[in-house]
Amino acid sequence: MNDKTMTKLDSLEAQSVYILREAYREFKSLVMLWSIGKDSTVLLWLARKAFFGHVPFPLVHIDTSYKIPEMIAYRDRLAKEWKLNMIYGQNTEALKAKQTFPEGKIDRLACCKSLKTEALKHTLAGDWPRYRMNHETGKYELDTNKEPYTGVIVGVRADEEGSRSKERYFSPRDRNNDWDVGDQPPELWNQFKTDFAPGTHLRIHPLLDWTELNIWEYIERENIPVTKLYFDQGDGKRYRSLGCYPCTSAVESTAKTVHEIVEELRAGKFANIAERSGRAQDKDGGGGLEGLRRDGYM
Amino acid sequence: MREQMNVVIVGHVDHGKSTLIGRLLADTGSLPQGKLEAVRENCKRNAKPFEYAFLLDALKDEQSQGITIDTARSFFKSKKRDYIIIDAPGHIEFLKNMITGAARAEAAVLVIDAHEGIKENSKRHGYMMSFLGIKNITICVNKMDLVHYDREVFEDIKTQYEEFLREINLKPTNFIPLAAREGENIVELSTKMPWYKELSVLQALDHFTKAAPNHERELRFPVQDIYKFTAQGDERRIFAGRVESGSVTVGDDVIFLPSKKTSRVTSVEAFPKAVNNFAFAGQSTGVTLETQVYVRPGEIMCKAKEKQPHTGTKFKANIFWMGKQPFVKGKNYKLKIATQQVPVVLSEIINVLDASELSSIQNKPQVDRHDVAECVFETLKPIAFDDIHFIPETGRFVIVDNYEIAGGGIILAPVYAQDSVLGQHVKNREFSWTRSDITPDKRAMKYQHKAVLIVLTGQVDTGKQVLAKALEETLFKMGKFTYFLGVSNQILTSSNGSNDRVLSRVQHIQQLGELAHVLTDAGLILITSVSDIDDDELNMLKYLNSPNKTIVVNVGPNNFTQAEVDLVLDEHEPTASGVAKIVDCLTKSLVLDPEYSI
Repeated sequence: MNDKTMTKLDSLEAQSVYILREAYREFKSLVMLWSIGKDSTVLLWLARKAFFGHVPFPLVHIDTSYKIPEMIAYRDRLAKEWKLNMIYGQNTEALKAKQTFPEGKIDRLACCKSLKTEALKHTLAGDWPRYRMNHETGKYELDTNKEPYTGVIVGVRADEEGSRSKERYFSPRDRNNDWDVGDQPPELWNQFKTDFAPGTHLRIHPLLDWTELNIWEYIERENIPVTKLYFDQGDGKRYRSLGCYPCTSAVESTAKTVHEIVEELRAGKFANIAERSGRAQDKDGGGGLEGLRRDGYM
Repeated sequence: MREQMNVVIVGHVDHGKSTLIGRLLADTGSLPQGKLEAVRENCKRNAKPFEYAFLLDALKDEQSQGITIDTARSFFKSKKRDYIIIDAPGHIEFLKNMITGAARAEAAVLVIDAHEGIKENSKRHGYMMSFLGIKNITICVNKMDLVHYDREVFEDIKTQYEEFLREINLKPTNFIPLAAREGENIVELSTKMPWYKELSVLQALDHFTKAAPNHERELRFPVQDIYKFTAQGDERRIFAGRVESGSVTVGDDVIFLPSKKTSRVTSVEAFPKAVNNFAFAGQSTGVTLETQVYVRPGEIMCKAKEKQPHTGTKFKANIFWMGKQPFVKGKNYKLKIATQQVPVVLSEIINVLDASELSSIQNKPQVDRHDVAECVFETLKPIAFDDIHFIPETGRFVIVDNYEIAGGGIILAPVYAQDSVLGQHVKNREFSWTRSDITPDKRAMKYQHKAVLIVLTGQVDTGKQVLAKALEETLFKMGKFTYFLGVSNQILTSSNGSNDRVLSRVQHIQQLGELAHVLTDAGLILITSVSDIDDDELNMLKYLNSPNKTIVVNVGPNNFTQAEVDLVLDEHEPTASGVAKIVDCLTKSLVLDPEYSI
């Protein structure tokens, strides 16, 4: 007879797909943030599941210019292969003025705020240039659409860090992108906040219930392509979490395949070590990431 | 693959919920390496005593105030299964956060302070567990160290609380005495309380049972959306949604409710490729159908041969209110049930309950924040729903007020008969409307035609407006008193300030109906067009225009199942012959009776 059991991954997938479809039905101006990392790549895969092979909204990448070059190559390869409506935004002024941490002018948190949070805020609002891939030439061109995005799909997970464990699936942000953590909307029985006052927007978090291990188990099950930076290339090191190269360090690991990563997380050396331990900005000051997130950081 | 269960920890503020979880995480080795040390270090730096709760209360405000503000999730494993532990705030101000947490849970642990005893939110939270339908519940009497592990204190609280639970029909799986801070009865049974020989918290969690999957039940497939990615070269028309109960197989005869449209399932779609010819409860999926049925997102697909949900506009339900503004009569709210969204009004308050005392307040005119109430609701359009005890997934709903989810409810039973809001409105209008002494007949003789509302319906971009204007011109040249009302949705509803798609659509129909009633009462042949209107909306428009006549001309495919259409025109019908056919229809229906043109 037909097998009718739902595994944990099946349930996580069904819920994420449900959330993506709710978002697509309710938001005219919807966008998905793609950081090129494993989480948002799983999210992209889930979107293709939800919409039967299509991705009916643009993907936005915030390019700090300090991303590891392999990430950009991988982004553009998938964008072409999967015919994605690919857009990137950038804080070009700060980069031109060399107002960055790697160039020694500002500290880590200020750099994150400028190159990521500010760039994201203005790219979403449409008042900074957006660059969109022309699929005929394969090059990025200035996008003429300056409409603000009112629904923003983001691949954050509750297990990553304290303030993320408090998120809603549909989380409102006011005009200034501020997050009022103390007064979040109720969410019950799969009814989410899909109504919003003019000028505000919503962040949508379909991956909240997934853990790092779930992500890798799913990548293995679905055979989702991820960048090879996650694997040991022979020097006994790999990235566990991807960010800007000046602030993200590789971890000691000899995992060369997805399966080896799954094993490493399940019972191996990383079973009890937080994923973001290689990310410097989390440690600066108390509640560094909460502060960033209140201001609109992902 | 391992089983997973969501467990919520609830109880009155300061009774030690976060401490219990922190201890549980620490004692089972579920914390990330270095986390415990980091929190201890942080406490030392800020010269405050270490507390296990700090492991959970991640927000700055939470740590400084020493309370949990919002629900947090932590992940934790036992030998038996994986858990997501949801820490819910105990302060009344954050009740909506607690409900958000609890609504995700399959099991609950309710914490009561042995020293303080049962408090208002111990009861309120217990009541909410019963409301939310959580069957697995364990009661932990915490801080036993403060009462010297005295068995009598524990037994006292147990007796009192059991009595309360009996009143609300909730049967806990067990009562556990514990000292969370000290780790007593958390993982192993405590030596400090040798008189207690049942289960530790960890063992109690593992004793909870998962609800049986409901794919043997009746099919409920709320249509979430309908996809056709034609521009991407995909011709499939896919009805997407999650199977909430039951299962569906290729070849099944299905019926959509409330529209009652029927078809047969031809495929179950999936990406990267379709693998099964069936889908079952819990799966987010999509199906294609044998015939082109036109339904909107929100309808529930059911099997033609199975017991179907109720369809109607009135039902009785229990609700709890979280809104800043009270829930009142005479105001349009939005109801969301499964994927349906419709305007709703509060039609009657039967009883308001104080959930912390279980005392009921009669004759209360409104439902205030944190109240629980039994009410009768009326939707302005029919919906499909089940009783909560039959199929929960399609028997519970939320109420949206001013962009916010302000209430949650569970349906107890449908309510039949009685007058509808709309019927009452038309009756009142007739009563207070002083009719002119010039009767419709006198007007018809004078104007040489009867008054009528002509509504052009059909999908968008079928040339309805062009046709409507041409018709107006033809009738005008014939010497008839006619008027084309080309008024958009935005204009009619902007005065209400609502940008809600669901509410504004019904408002548009309501206002159009009122306008039409005035203008047809004045004897005009009024012409208007409305796109994508469904059976119920058309009937509402006709009803509001009554007692005056309405003629419906549909352009393009006719998607109505029940509403009467007087004339159907092909989408590609030339304007001139379209106008001629409408004029012919007007003549046949005696609007342009030759009798008048003496």
